[in-house]
Amino acid sequence: MNIPEELGYTKEHEWVRFNDDGTVTMGITEFATDQLGDVVYVDLPPVGTTVRQFEKFGEIESVKAVSELFSGISGEVVEVNEKLGDQPELVNSDPYGEGWMLRVRPSNPAERDNLLSAADYGALTA
Amino acid sequence: MSEPVIFERSQPGRRGVALPPLDVPEAPPLPAEFRRDDLPLPEVSELDVVRHYVRLSQLNFAIDSVFYPLGSCTMKYNPKVHEDAARLRGFQQIHPLQPAETVQGALELMFRLQEALGEISGLPAVSLQPAAGAQGELTGILMIRALHRDRGETGRRVVLVPESAHGTNPATAAMAGFTVKPVRADRAGNVDLDHLRSLLGPDVAAMMLTQPSTLGLFDPNIEEIAAQVHASGALLYGDGANLNAILGKVKPGESGFDVIHINLHKTFTTPHGGGGPGAGPVCASPALAPYLPDPVVGERDGQYVYLHPPKSIGKVRAFHGHFGMFVRAYTYIRSLGADGLREVSEHAVLNANYVRSRLQDLYELPYDRICMHEVVFSGSRQKQQHGIRTLDIAKRLIDYGYHPPTIYFPLVVDEALMIEPTETESKETLDGFIEAMRAIAAEAATDPELLKAAPTTTPVGRLDEAQAARRPDLRWQP
Repeated sequence: MNIPEELGYTKEHEWVRFNDDGTVTMGITEFATDQLGDVVYVDLPPVGTTVRQFEKFGEIESVKAVSELFSGISGEVVEVNEKLGDQPELVNSDPYGEGWMLRVRPSNPAERDNLLSAADYGALTA
Repeated sequence: MSEPVIFERSQPGRRGVALPPLDVPEAPPLPAEFRRDDLPLPEVSELDVVRHYVRLSQLNFAIDSVFYPLGSCTMKYNPKVHEDAARLRGFQQIHPLQPAETVQGALELMFRLQEALGEISGLPAVSLQPAAGAQGELTGILMIRALHRDRGETGRRVVLVPESAHGTNPATAAMAGFTVKPVRADRAGNVDLDHLRSLLGPDVAAMMLTQPSTLGLFDPNIEEIAAQVHASGALLYGDGANLNAILGKVKPGESGFDVIHINLHKTFTTPHGGGGPGAGPVCASPALAPYLPDPVVGERDGQYVYLHPPKSIGKVRAFHGHFGMFVRAYTYIRSLGADGLREVSEHAVLNANYVRSRLQDLYELPYDRICMHEVVFSGSRQKQQHGIRTLDIAKRLIDYGYHPPTIYFPLVVDEALMIEPTETESKETLDGFIEAMRAIAAEAATDPELLKAAPTTTPVGRLDEAQAARRPDLRWQP
C-alpha cells in the first residue's frame, strides 16, 4: 500500500500535503480507496467554507457505502477539485494526485502536530 | 443481451389492441398546449408483448427457481396458499371506506393478526398501519418521542444506535429530529456495555437495537442492556428485521424492549420487492399504547370496531395499511401454528449453522461462535492471498446457479459475505451450495481470473456497477 512519506495523515484515512505557498491540499489515502471500492460521487464544500480539524467536511459514495470525509486541518477552503464532479474515479486511480479534494488555508498551522506520520499511519492500517 | 428492448421490436402501424367504437359523446380535445405528437410508444402486437415479457421473466433469478441465500432479509419462500386466501372475493372486493359493520370479516382478520403479533412479540399494543420496516421504525421512534414530551422530558435529544445496525436506524432517528450516537461492539460482536454506560444519560431518548444483530449474533446481555437503558430513563426500540431467528423462542417484550417493528414481508412471508408492498406493524408496551397510529381495530360486544388511540401520533399510512399483506401473514401464522413457527426459527438457525460449520475452514469467520439465522463470513483471506474480492465470489456463485448472498454488509466486517439460507432449504440444497462455495475457494487459488470475469454463463456478463452509478442511463433512446 502506497503511503507517501512527506504527507500527514488522519486516523480516518485522509492525507494532508503542506504546500510551499502555505496552503494545504487534502484527499483520502490509497488504503481508504481500497476499502471503499469504486467511488461514484464526492460531495465537497464550496470555496470559502470554514473546515475544522478532524470534523466532517463532505461525503464520499462508493458502490458499497456512503462515508464521511474529515478535514485534516482547520481553515478556509480556497480551492475544490471540480474535476471530481465528472470523474470521481480519479479518487481511485490517483488518490494522492489527481484525486485530491480540497485546498485549504490553515488557520492554525500548529495543528500539523496532531497528524499522524506516514510510519504511524502505516502501522494503523497494517 | 439476446432479448432486445420492446421499443426495438416496434414496427410502424402495428397494433396490439383494437379499441371498440365510441359509444359516448365525443369530448372536446385537450387544449393544444397539453398535446404532443412525439409520444414514442412501441408499436407491437399482443403476441410480441406476451413473448417479450415471458422471455424476460424466464431470465429472472427467483426464489421459485433457485436457492436464494439472501434469506428473509430480502424474501424467503412465500407459500402459495397465501395467494388463495388473499384472492378470496370477500377480501378482494371491499373498499376501505365501507362502514365497519359491512367489513366485519376483514376487521376480524386484522384484530386477530394484531393479537397474534402481540403474543409473538410480547408487546400487546399493535398497529398494522406502517407500510414497511423503515416506516415502522419511524412510527416507533415518534411514539417514544411523544411519550417523553408528555412526561415533560424534552431534553432527551439523543438516540443510540450500534455500529452494526441497519442504515435505516440512524436515518429514522435523524428524521425524527434526534442526534444519533453510535455504540461500539465488543470483541465478541455484542454491545460494548462499558461504552453504552458511558453514553447513557438524561439526554438519551432511546436505544435502537436489532436482536439478533445484523451479524447474525444473539446478544446474551440483552437484559442487562435493557436494564441500563431503562435506568437512565430511555426506552429500548427493537428492529424486528431478524425476528425469523427467535419465533416462539424469545419474546422481545420479555427481553425488555418497549416497542419493535415486525417486517411481515420478511418473517411472515408476504411478497415484496417486485412482488408487492411491504408491511411493518409496530408492537408496543401498554405505556406506549395511547400513541399508536390511528385507527387500530378493537372488539366490543362481539363487533369489530375502529378505536382511536387517545394520544395518537396520527396516521402514517392511508386507511389501514397494506391489507392484502395482512391476509397473507395471518394465513402463514395460522397454517403453521405456534409449534410450526417455533420450528421455522429452529430450522433457520440450524441451516445457518450447518453452512457456517462446513465453510469456516475456507472462509474467514470474524465472529467464531454459534450464529442465529444468518452467518457472516469475510472474504479477507481470498483478498489477501489471491486478490479476489467478495464481489468476485458473489458473481461466480451465479455461474454455479445460485443467487449471490448479501455482500459488503454489515459494514463493520471487511469484505462481508452474509449467508441466510432460511428454514425452507433441504440438506441437499445446502450441500449443493456449500460445494459451490468450496469450489470457488479453490478456484480463487488456481484460477483467479475466472472469478474476476464471472459471471460468464448469464445473458449479460459482469455489469459495471461503478459506471452505472456514475453515469446512469435510465431511458431507451433510438
